[in-house]
Amino acid sequence: MGSYVANTPAVRQELLDAVGADSIRALYRDVPEALLYPPLALDAEKSELEIRSHFTALAEKNKVFPTCLRGAGAYRHFIPAAVRAIVSREELLTAYTPYQAEVSQGLLQGIFEYQTMICELTGMEVSNASVYDGATAAAEAIHMCLDRKRTKIYVSAAAHPETIETIRTYCFGYDLALEVLPLRDGRTDLEALTAALGEDAACFYLQQPNYFGLVEDAQAVGATVHAAGAKFIMGVNPIACALLPTPGACGADIAVGDGQPLGLDLAFGGPYLGFMAATKKLMRQLPGRIVGQTQDTNGATGYVLTLTAREQHIRREKAGSNICSNQALCAFTAGAYLAAMGPEGLAQAARLSLSKAHYLAQKLAEAGLSRRDGGEFFHEFVTACDEDTAAAISAVLAEHGILGGLPVEGGLLWCVTELVSRDALDKTADLVKEVLP
Amino acid sequence: MTLIFQRGGPGQKLSLLPPCDVPEIHLTQERAHAPRLPQVTENELMRHYKTLFDQMYGVNSGSYPLGSCTMKYNPKIDEEAAALPGFTQVHPTQDAHTVQGCLAVLHSLEKALCAVTGMDGVTLQPAAGAHGEFAGLLLIKAYHQSRGDGGRNRILIPDSAHGTNPASARMAGFEVVNIPSGPDGCVDLDALRAAAGPDTAGLMLTNPNTVGIFERNILDITRIVHDAGGLCYYDGANLNAVVGVVRPGDMGFDVCHLNLHKTFATPHGGGGPGSGPVGCKAALLDFLPGPQVAEEDGLYRFFTPSRSIGRMKQFYGNFTVAVKALAYLLTLGRERLPEAAENAVLNANYMMSRLAKTYDMAYNGPCMHEFVMTLEGLHKETGVSALDIAKGLLDHGIHPPTMYFPLIVHEALMIEPTETESKADLDAMCAALEALHAAAISEADTLRAAPHTTPIHRLDEVGAARNPILRYEFNGR
Repeated sequence: MGSYVANTPAVRQELLDAVGADSIRALYRDVPEALLYPPLALDAEKSELEIRSHFTALAEKNKVFPTCLRGAGAYRHFIPAAVRAIVSREELLTAYTPYQAEVSQGLLQGIFEYQTMICELTGMEVSNASVYDGATAAAEAIHMCLDRKRTKIYVSAAAHPETIETIRTYCFGYDLALEVLPLRDGRTDLEALTAALGEDAACFYLQQPNYFGLVEDAQAVGATVHAAGAKFIMGVNPIACALLPTPGACGADIAVGDGQPLGLDLAFGGPYLGFMAATKKLMRQLPGRIVGQTQDTNGATGYVLTLTAREQHIRREKAGSNICSNQALCAFTAGAYLAAMGPEGLAQAARLSLSKAHYLAQKLAEAGLSRRDGGEFFHEFVTACDEDTAAAISAVLAEHGILGGLPVEGGLLWCVTELVSRDALDKTADLVKEVLP
Repeated sequence: MTLIFQRGGPGQKLSLLPPCDVPEIHLTQERAHAPRLPQVTENELMRHYKTLFDQMYGVNSGSYPLGSCTMKYNPKIDEEAAALPGFTQVHPTQDAHTVQGCLAVLHSLEKALCAVTGMDGVTLQPAAGAHGEFAGLLLIKAYHQSRGDGGRNRILIPDSAHGTNPASARMAGFEVVNIPSGPDGCVDLDALRAAAGPDTAGLMLTNPNTVGIFERNILDITRIVHDAGGLCYYDGANLNAVVGVVRPGDMGFDVCHLNLHKTFATPHGGGGPGSGPVGCKAALLDFLPGPQVAEEDGLYRFFTPSRSIGRMKQFYGNFTVAVKALAYLLTLGRERLPEAAENAVLNANYMMSRLAKTYDMAYNGPCMHEFVMTLEGLHKETGVSALDIAKGLLDHGIHPPTMYFPLIVHEALMIEPTETESKADLDAMCAALEALHAAAISEADTLRAAPHTTPIHRLDEVGAARNPILRYEFNGR
């Protein structure tokens, strides 16, 4: 059937007879006549063969760059074959939220393992089962920090612009004031931060590494925020967490971020993965699903969705968040990725990304394209140039199958991951050199 | 079951990455201890995940009549389309002329969803139904504020509504006014009239409603709210009953959300990713979240509406979910889409008419795509609850219906078979439920300890919440 309807017309008639209805239309008797069966501005049905052709043609209209030197919130990393094999399984794909724990232990355990891994990665004590993406995770984290006296939100200007925009939208909903604090040399200005945080400050959101790739002094920022009695939220890159001091070590109250680098394709922006981890103290403020360990009637260890009294289906208008479905499959993918990579593989991916990015920065500097900012960076950095030069560079690289740095204010934001070979980096620098005056 | 952390051992790993071909860099400050991630071989990894897969239940395992969730079949051609490298390997910040295929997908889906809903514009950015609700309510807020009508701070919501509705209203800064349902399970018009006034920002409603009945007074309902100056929001969770048959726009709704992972057959993935597009009428188009896709002379580009409420999240939404939903819509087309809805309704009525001989239905009359049974009587008589019957179903290899929702029905079981179940599947579900009813009477104690044949038995949920263990502790730390 073109509609995946299981019953043939003959069988449908049997069902109608059993129900005692004259026709299907009779079942819609409560619908006002004038509303029934409007003309639909859709094409006629298509066979599977036609669907395959249609989408193949559409996909071919997109340019896939063999070499990707861009991040800015979406990162092309190595994804092990085992991970793809795991997450394509039907049992996982076609399941839903594990409301019936007795037949869902596989899914529940997988999420429990994911929660554990996120805690290990971030150095935090508890993790939830995911939210939609890093930007909404930041917005939800901010909401966790509010109380009667503390309602002012502060965000670093070096956070991803789209994260800031998302937080702004959520603040429109919550009727909250948002202040974006200025930078000094591409990093959070500690003096401005100290001056800004008053007795009504709820939280400060810092991205680490920041949008420009720079490593912030997270420990100092955290101390400053806590001295003002506010909460410290860190938005982190999960690959960078393999090497950088963890949010836990930096005193974060909440750690959030996007888990897309952990085994998820670029996929033109989604689905990605919002992870949220917190101190034990904030456990009951975490939004979304959480899996917990318990026992069954025979004493066997098992897993269930827990702390549900926080959630919308119980608390309704008193719930902290409205989230219901999350990104379970993506969380499961991240767990599989982290299990496949292991501590060594993850550290290696991070070390390669870090090292290759520094190599490219050096080669570009030798070619005449210097960094815009000073200071330590992870696997992203900005080179300084005007708009026209940026456009010329992008065009030349594109001709050679290279997606170059993202045009940002004052230059280009580059990213290198473990996927890019030294040869490709050399080639990039050579091409840039030809373009520069 | 063994946790992944309990497998393998120090030094076990997969061989995945080549050595570093550039000078190695170290940061001035690095983390003190490596994360304690699993150290396993690829064989151990795959065997571990196999044990997990063996204890999952999906639509491909058997019937999944979870009311309100529309667990219909997930077509494989949709998966194939979404996995094309031309979609999975493109960076979201690539210039528009290099991703015309992606923009075409988004634009086509936006247009198709407008056709289905009777709305004038659609955003694909929200990541799930609840996210869509939040976005839709922000549209309503922005609309009223733009007209100097910011005093409208209340949203009217039936007491039968899904919990996300009032939660979303609060997130959008509104107060919630609960509208009681009448004895027929529908919105009480008098109560609605009394509640609608100058402080009403809008109404949130599902139609068919959460007890599976089509609100026959829908045109009165939306008119009452409009007359009071409010807007009407359609929760699209139950669209499967009427998709292609009735349009929310024609019912008088101004804003709506859809659940691509319900009505449009994208897989649920164990709890996501879903997608919750939001549609709206012309008066609200300028406020839609950005960016949106415009088409001119066959070329697509992004633009942000002039008075946009902003972004709901990074980038454009769950793009590959949108690909799957578009593939489904194009497969069915204008004739088969209403056919899906009709058969969802037919299947539900068939089950209800058969089960009505054994169980108490919460409401009389035909249902739409789902129906609610009340086990209050059975519980009083035998001590067997809706939960017990649900657990008993697990022993029959069938996923239980939704339990204890909506709140206005006691001991509720909400059954939604969907159109992709065959008569044999429907008969099997009915037979199992009939057997369980008999078991409730003759062997209540056994049933109250169900399930008996699953890998694990009833779990101590109270204990789990009282003493939360939310991660594995190494060395008992």
